[in-house]
Amino acid sequence: MLSMVEKAVVDQKKWIPNDEFWDMIVVVQSLPGVFAVNTALYVGQRVAGTRGAFAAMLGAIIPSITIILLLATVFREYRDQPVVERIFKGIRPCVVALILAPSLRMIKSAKVTWKTAIIPIATVFLIWRCKISPAYVILAAIAGSLIYALVINRRETVRRETRDEDSPVFRVQKHKEAEP
Amino acid sequence: MIYLQLLWVFVKIGVLGFGGGYAMLSLIQHEVVDHYGWMTMTDFADMVAISQMTPGPISINLATYVGYTTAGFGGSLLASFALCLPSVIMVYLILKLFMSKRNNALMDNTLKGLKPAIAGLIFAAGLSMMNLQNFPDFGRGQYNISVIICVFAFVASYFFKANPILLIVMSGIVGFVFY
Repeated sequence: MLSMVEKAVVDQKKWIPNDEFWDMIVVVQSLPGVFAVNTALYVGQRVAGTRGAFAAMLGAIIPSITIILLLATVFREYRDQPVVERIFKGIRPCVVALILAPSLRMIKSAKVTWKTAIIPIATVFLIWRCKISPAYVILAAIAGSLIYALVINRRETVRRETRDEDSPVFRVQKHKEAEP
Repeated sequence: MIYLQLLWVFVKIGVLGFGGGYAMLSLIQHEVVDHYGWMTMTDFADMVAISQMTPGPISINLATYVGYTTAGFGGSLLASFALCLPSVIMVYLILKLFMSKRNNALMDNTLKGLKPAIAGLIFAAGLSMMNLQNFPDFGRGQYNISVIICVFAFVASYFFKANPILLIVMSGIVGFVFY
């Protein structure tokens, strides 16, 4: 999908320069919500202000809404037909597999080690067995990740400052070394 | 009342839906099936299948469908817009306030930490759908067609990255022939 957006917005219409587009995509991708909608809102806002944002958002969701409304009315009519029921009996187990497979691939790409494996295992257990709302699990995970990110950022800042002779951290260190 | 519930549920999903459409499946499943009982787990599986096969974001498709089945045409529009509302506000704020590089690095590390939890979230959504309604022949008779379909689709998807639409169509044919 992204390459289609890039082709239209950057190459054909030349609304946004290439580097700015990709910088913004990184930010938009990290936001919660529907990715296609976020991208549309950003491009619309950037090109034509608030009205542009709304127009682009409508463009991103109206086809889906129309298709699903049509299918939902048809599906309601025919879902009790034995033929349809047989087909969907076959499809349901496949859907389960299509949800499990990408989640395992995601665990692999997140470079989960034996130590951090506790995070996905605990998440699965809390939601699947304890029936805790995923909303709370996400909030807890955000809090945990934020603390972790703050610690990492701080460590990196300290490391950078110890190399810089004028920084206060370096002066303190030099002072300590000189003391004994 | 139903409109307020739809609004609340889908705004919440829009705010907490980190990590794309699949991550939102778990949130939608919990609210729609477990909490409010607007859909059965079987309806949910059918809907995910239909969403997979149609173009467009899965979460918008699900919101439209849930809104339509619970409160008709108005409900479908309300649920879809409620899902987008948090995005509207966030993208607007980000473009207005401009994100600094430092905040960006912080956000990046936060999301990296969030990823294993989101993977677990999606896995749990899949496990919750493994019930006797979706696997009706489990433990009955010699052949468990549903289990065979599931294992086959899993291997094809995980190891060979098979096209999901193709897998759904094939499973539908298998279901039609064997059930």
